[in-house]
Amino acid sequence: MKNLLNSPSVNNITKKMSSLHFVIAILFVSTLYVTVCNLMFAEGSLLHVSDYTVSLLGKYLCYALLALAVDLVWGYCGILSLGHGAFFALGGYAMGMYLMRQIGDRGVYGNPELPDFMVFLNWTELPWYWAGSDNALVMILLVFAGPGLLAYIFGMLAFRSRVSGVYLSIMTQAMTYALLLSFFRNEMGFGGNNGLTDFKEIFGFSLQSPDTKLALFIATAVMLAIGYAISHFIVNSKMGRVVTAIRDAENRVRFAGYKPEHYKVWIFVVSAMLAGVAGALYVPQVGIINPGEFSPLNSIEIVIWVAIGGRGTLYGALIGAIVVSYAKTRFTAIMPEAWLFGLGGLFVLVTLLLPKGLAGLVINLMDKIESSSNKQTASSNSKPTTASKIETAAEKK
Amino acid sequence: MIVDKQGSPLSSADNLSPDTRHGMILYVEDVSVSFDGFKALNDLNLYIGDGELRCLIGANGAGKTTLMDVITGKTRPDKGKVSFGQQIDLLELDESEIARAGIGRKFQKPTVFEALSVFENIELSLSGDKGIWTSLFHKLSGEQKDKIDEVLKTIGLEPERNYPAGRLSHGQKQWLEIGMLLAAEPRLLLVDEPVTGMTTQETERTAELLTSLAGKHSVVVVEHDMAFVRSIARKVTVLHQGTVLAEGSMDEVQANKDVREVYLGEEQD
Repeated sequence: MKNLLNSPSVNNITKKMSSLHFVIAILFVSTLYVTVCNLMFAEGSLLHVSDYTVSLLGKYLCYALLALAVDLVWGYCGILSLGHGAFFALGGYAMGMYLMRQIGDRGVYGNPELPDFMVFLNWTELPWYWAGSDNALVMILLVFAGPGLLAYIFGMLAFRSRVSGVYLSIMTQAMTYALLLSFFRNEMGFGGNNGLTDFKEIFGFSLQSPDTKLALFIATAVMLAIGYAISHFIVNSKMGRVVTAIRDAENRVRFAGYKPEHYKVWIFVVSAMLAGVAGALYVPQVGIINPGEFSPLNSIEIVIWVAIGGRGTLYGALIGAIVVSYAKTRFTAIMPEAWLFGLGGLFVLVTLLLPKGLAGLVINLMDKIESSSNKQTASSNSKPTTASKIETAAEKK
Repeated sequence: MIVDKQGSPLSSADNLSPDTRHGMILYVEDVSVSFDGFKALNDLNLYIGDGELRCLIGANGAGKTTLMDVITGKTRPDKGKVSFGQQIDLLELDESEIARAGIGRKFQKPTVFEALSVFENIELSLSGDKGIWTSLFHKLSGEQKDKIDEVLKTIGLEPERNYPAGRLSHGQKQWLEIGMLLAAEPRLLLVDEPVTGMTTQETERTAELLTSLAGKHSVVVVEHDMAFVRSIARKVTVLHQGTVLAEGSMDEVQANKDVREVYLGEEQD
């Protein structure tokens, strides 16, 4: 922020402000805008933002956090995970369990202890893994521990045996598919194919109330900002450089004395936890979690968001998730059957025309601005302004 | 040769330097490796002296790269002993532990971190703690920055320090990789075909660089370019079908009857 005061021109400001400040500023301003317009302007006013829109935007931000998680492992570490939907869903289920217990005796069967679906199955007591699920702290712990533990076990098995590339991607698909099948079973104790739904309140606040919806949206924006800051810190630390090095030349990293598998497991676990948080925030805003979230297709869609937004740049992941999700909302309202073709077409076009995704466009634009301002000021800065380097270069100053 | 093991069996190679009181840095004894029945190494014996510059030559398939793989932990031999100094049993360590113990390796194909800058490539290669948490909160010390500058000067890439390594020329990448090895301050450097794809001038500079390294480090160079080998080698080891065929000065080796038959003979056709 100190730099802001010293720098004479706008260009210098954009150069000296790291992408971190930029993204957080944009998030803050748009969250504030949505909040103000939702609260201050009455329905029918041009500036009014409806409660429906607030929840929709909250959903997009959850997707953005999920895309960020995938970008961390794929864009930076080269691990193409086609199963990140599983971590998202697990976080969602952890939240869903908590929300189910908040229903209490207001369920159809009026059982104060058991959720409806368990009564329906003639169960008499909670399964052991539901113990403590009515406690918010336990829920928060589970949101991190569930996805984190799965990622740790999977990562230890896969990365230590040096599975990589396509084989790893297929394994991640198999993982999420296996979870999909098991969560479909009633015996699993997670509500079978209906999943968990009919939630009433969260932390004592009604989920139907517009204020709660707005609060959830704001909470999502805050978590996204925190997630972004953490990712930004990781990516710009030496850890981030080791991880990028693993992506480009794993053997070289190994012969330099690092243990790539440890780094991979670590970043995979961090990413899974981010995805879990996204899932946990998603569930109260859409009001349901069911095994469909484990669908391999969902996981592939996340990867497409990141590819379209531009992998290897954190903000690219956010742009991709939000733009594609918005397009999906619009498209499916007009002609739902065409959406998948639209998505496929978009993916092909971006891969062909914008290999660095939408973020690549932004970088090229900034490069142009920078080089033209360099000409004007005859700056002595002779650093190469390649697209791939601009982010790190800008942040080192 | 008796390998006396001092202290407990080694689980970690950190903070351990090879015992070279007998003047030897590397012992490779009776090592055999076979792949699906094909004997890549066959009872091979090789000793590298501390501070020595040794060239390994041999036709394709003679076992040069396999030997490098065995020393650096990439391939486990079927039998035999490999030790670093007298006491560090390399067969008990994995690749990253061997690297931290002080053996650096340059690959045949130049392998650098293309997306990172030249400076960052060297930074990651510096010796020190390579654990996750250290990396996460690591800040370069003044001493480390000096070391990086020194390495950049040695390999002549100072003007390119902020360039992404992917933009370097082939020869520059070779040097960068050598620089990365130097930054790790290894006792033993294994250099696989350092001058392929280099111009005559670049080759000369590489020869200079490698000879200047000997003494402070022990260097093993694998190379096909005979002129290059002649220009740097004091001692040459010729491999053939997984065993040592001859060892000695370049002239001795070239005069050797067996060598003329199998190696130089092959090269002429």
